[in-house]
Amino acid sequence: MVTLAGAISRAGVRSPADDAATLLQRAWTALRTVKDPEIPVIDVVELGVVRAVTLLPDSARPLVEVTITPTFSACPALHEIERAAYEAVRALGVEVSVKTVLSPPWTTDDITDEAREKLRAFGIAPPGRHEGLIEIALDAPVRCPRCEHPDTRLRNAFGSTLCREIRTCAGCGETFERFKPL
Amino acid sequence: MTADVTSALIARLTAMADDELLLGHRDSEWTGHGPLLEEDIALANLAQDEIGHAVLWYGARSQLDGADPDALAFARPAEDFLSCAFVEQPRGDWAFTLLRQFLFDTYEAEVLARLERSPHAPLAEAAAKARREELFHLRHTGMWVRRLGLGTEESRRRSLDALQVLWPLYHGLVAALPGDGVLVEAGVLPDWETLRGATFDRARTALVAAELDPGRDPDPTAAERDVVREQRRELLATLQEVARQDPEAAAW
Repeated sequence: MVTLAGAISRAGVRSPADDAATLLQRAWTALRTVKDPEIPVIDVVELGVVRAVTLLPDSARPLVEVTITPTFSACPALHEIERAAYEAVRALGVEVSVKTVLSPPWTTDDITDEAREKLRAFGIAPPGRHEGLIEIALDAPVRCPRCEHPDTRLRNAFGSTLCREIRTCAGCGETFERFKPL
Repeated sequence: MTADVTSALIARLTAMADDELLLGHRDSEWTGHGPLLEEDIALANLAQDEIGHAVLWYGARSQLDGADPDALAFARPAEDFLSCAFVEQPRGDWAFTLLRQFLFDTYEAEVLARLERSPHAPLAEAAAKARREELFHLRHTGMWVRRLGLGTEESRRRSLDALQVLWPLYHGLVAALPGDGVLVEAGVLPDWETLRGATFDRARTALVAAELDPGRDPDPTAAERDVVREQRRELLATLQEVARQDPEAAAW
């Protein structure tokens, strides 16, 4: 991505503020290497669980604070995500603190469009955008991620992880998972 | 926050967490034993959610007194739990388990919507988080209530038998704790009488539609969360067994 901070740094004109912006940019980039262990094709930034990356002042070495929010509150991947996020940013040679917050609660609307496409390519039907009307999105038609057929049926509202349900496609007959709207 | 309000809120959060944890444990007893693979998985999901919600409430308590949620769940003696008899009952048959879960989900739908508006931020945030996830519960258990009530003679008989035990105990789940009055007065909690009425009405409407009339409202007896019942001891003996044998068992 082309950024002003990057352009300034390339021009060799640097100030502490530029350094801070560059460091935060590098932290965001590092966090993109952290995957959700239950959905290895998308990273935690495009999943929307990284809420903020900030530079905390007043420490001898730069201290980067990464703010994370859980998807489902009982998601067992949370601790692994916290650990991996810590390691990824720590590798930049800075001190790191990972903070977990509940508010505002995570919603599937926080998943980026690019990540939705990756989910579909992986065989998981992505959640529809709902802007808060979760129940309407839950009952809306779901296209088969394999053959695009619009007629698919719910087989089980619960699946292999808290975030997925199991459906069957009337077109190709395959069983697939859908990421539930939350 | 005054000392009175803080200690009342600690009790309220502990009671809610304990109910979630014990119900989640009872549901998890079906894992690997469900009548159908799909339903086995579904109930395991519900159990996982309830235990996750216990973590939310223990976490909110922890912000008040620094108590470690793991220690509260795995190292606390049965005498110090504040769970109610409703969640402590053995899992029973499938009808008992699903009706209990339905009644619990109904209560949660009512209580969480109100707690979400609490001015005490940690309480409101935890409620907002849990309420969205509970949508999936009520859809599932509500469907099961209709299936059981309108299904066969046997499913109906078993459901009515389950209600005979569950309906009188339902009051204990919803009843106010001794300190709740202080919290209602301080504006931290919603009016508990209104909550109780709304919960019973909502549950009754769904049960009657499934031809499972529960009869009159449960008697307003005391919640008796400070009584150590044999069911609670037996449940915690299993729940805490590994942690007691090896307190250093790091993570599994």
